[in-house]
Amino acid sequence: MKIHIGAERCQGHGRCYDRAPGLFGEDDEGYGKVLGDGVVPPGQERDARLAAANCPERAIDLLEEG
Amino acid sequence: MAADDRFTEDFRDGREEEIIGTISEVITGPVADWATDFSHLEPEWSADPYPIQDDLRQRCPIARTERFGGAWLPTRYEDVAAIAYDTERFSSRSIILSNFRPPRELAPIGGSPPISSDPPFHRDARKLLLPAFTKAEIAKQEPATRAFCHSLIDAFQGQDVVDAGGDYAQHIPVRVIADMLGFPPEDGPQFRVFVEDLLEGINLPPDERIERVSRLFDYLLIQVHDHIDNPRDDLTTYLLNAELYGQKLTPDHVVGTMALLLIAGIDTTWSAIGASLWHLAKNPEDRARLAAEPGLLPTAMEEFLRAYAPVTMARLVKEDMRWHGVDMKADDWILLSFPAANRDPAQFDRAGEVIIDREVNRHAAFGLGIHRCVGSHLARMELRVALEVWLARIPEFTLADPAAVTWAAGQIRGPRALPLRIR
Repeated sequence: MKIHIGAERCQGHGRCYDRAPGLFGEDDEGYGKVLGDGVVPPGQERDARLAAANCPERAIDLLEEG
Repeated sequence: MAADDRFTEDFRDGREEEIIGTISEVITGPVADWATDFSHLEPEWSADPYPIQDDLRQRCPIARTERFGGAWLPTRYEDVAAIAYDTERFSSRSIILSNFRPPRELAPIGGSPPISSDPPFHRDARKLLLPAFTKAEIAKQEPATRAFCHSLIDAFQGQDVVDAGGDYAQHIPVRVIADMLGFPPEDGPQFRVFVEDLLEGINLPPDERIERVSRLFDYLLIQVHDHIDNPRDDLTTYLLNAELYGQKLTPDHVVGTMALLLIAGIDTTWSAIGASLWHLAKNPEDRARLAAEPGLLPTAMEEFLRAYAPVTMARLVKEDMRWHGVDMKADDWILLSFPAANRDPAQFDRAGEVIIDREVNRHAAFGLGIHRCVGSHLARMELRVALEVWLARIPEFTLADPAAVTWAAGQIRGPRALPLRIR
């Protein structure tokens, strides 16, 4: 699974980095950013799904592999 | 360095001409039909707006009133979101619905940027503030906030019944924002008056409202001059030094943003803390579970924000148009009810219930789109710390007198007097 933030939709609510700080962080203005290369480490898929499901702007895309 | 001469005593002279807007007739009194005559200022709404909103959502779903010179109230999540996102057709030049509409020329800046600003100016004015309000930056305020919450509870010693609204929830955001702006902490009680002047008393005669609002600006000017004479590391000095388009900000921009930061952070967070404690006092199972499982607080807190969202915003329609089945006229108000959106069953399962372990909670308590509350990380920190400290120190509490709980009237809703029995 890969995660991606649609920067044009993100408004900096911070629900993703509140909810899944291992996968998301904030930039200097509070907008969300994906940590690392966006590949979700095994076992953290649930965190990724919850972060996406709690984004008020629906700015997080989950790219399921295979 | 040249002296800062932007704030000479009379920089507001001549503004009276600029602020000529449209004044509408003040209409008060009981609501005949909420679908055609709504008013968020009537006691029935402040006491419990949710059944009214639920009823309108089913049968309307966009209510109308001729009060305030004409206004619309969408109640579905979908409609509230569409308006929040549509800055082309809905202006933010006034975000408090009243009987006074500022002139169109006030856009795109508005009186208190960036909340009152429209694109493209909005983006630049907002960018100035964002770095000071990131989660990481706000985390620096947490230790002092926590210590302050403890000191408020220390002061309850010997009392069986305390006012969790007036003697706890209220003081927390007041103290934190005074620190961030660099205002004297002992001025806190005045801030409450400023909040009431701006956000309540909406149906007072316009002259009296203008008079009251000017009290706030008189105060802010005193703080501006103090910071010009004694610059320090706080938001006021930051705004005085900030530049936009290669120039220092206009005095109206500086003072308007100071007003926004002072007012917007106070009774909003006060309401969120108070409503959460009110819910827990009324629902012993939730209270006991949260006291026993502090790890649940981040999730529970989001549910309190959803179910008791304190903030409703306003917009002004830019041009006549048919919109989602109703005929909107230019300069009609929109009462943008995030609380109503947050209880829409089309968006949330069991929308009318408070479920403290609700895992999926895409609520709109801090707005949607470009005007997402700039202080949301601050508000969340204050709410979390206020509840953590309260529950750790006072795990058992009940409503001392349910009939004595009072709720603020207007666009910001939360308990004001909240007597709780704490032993």
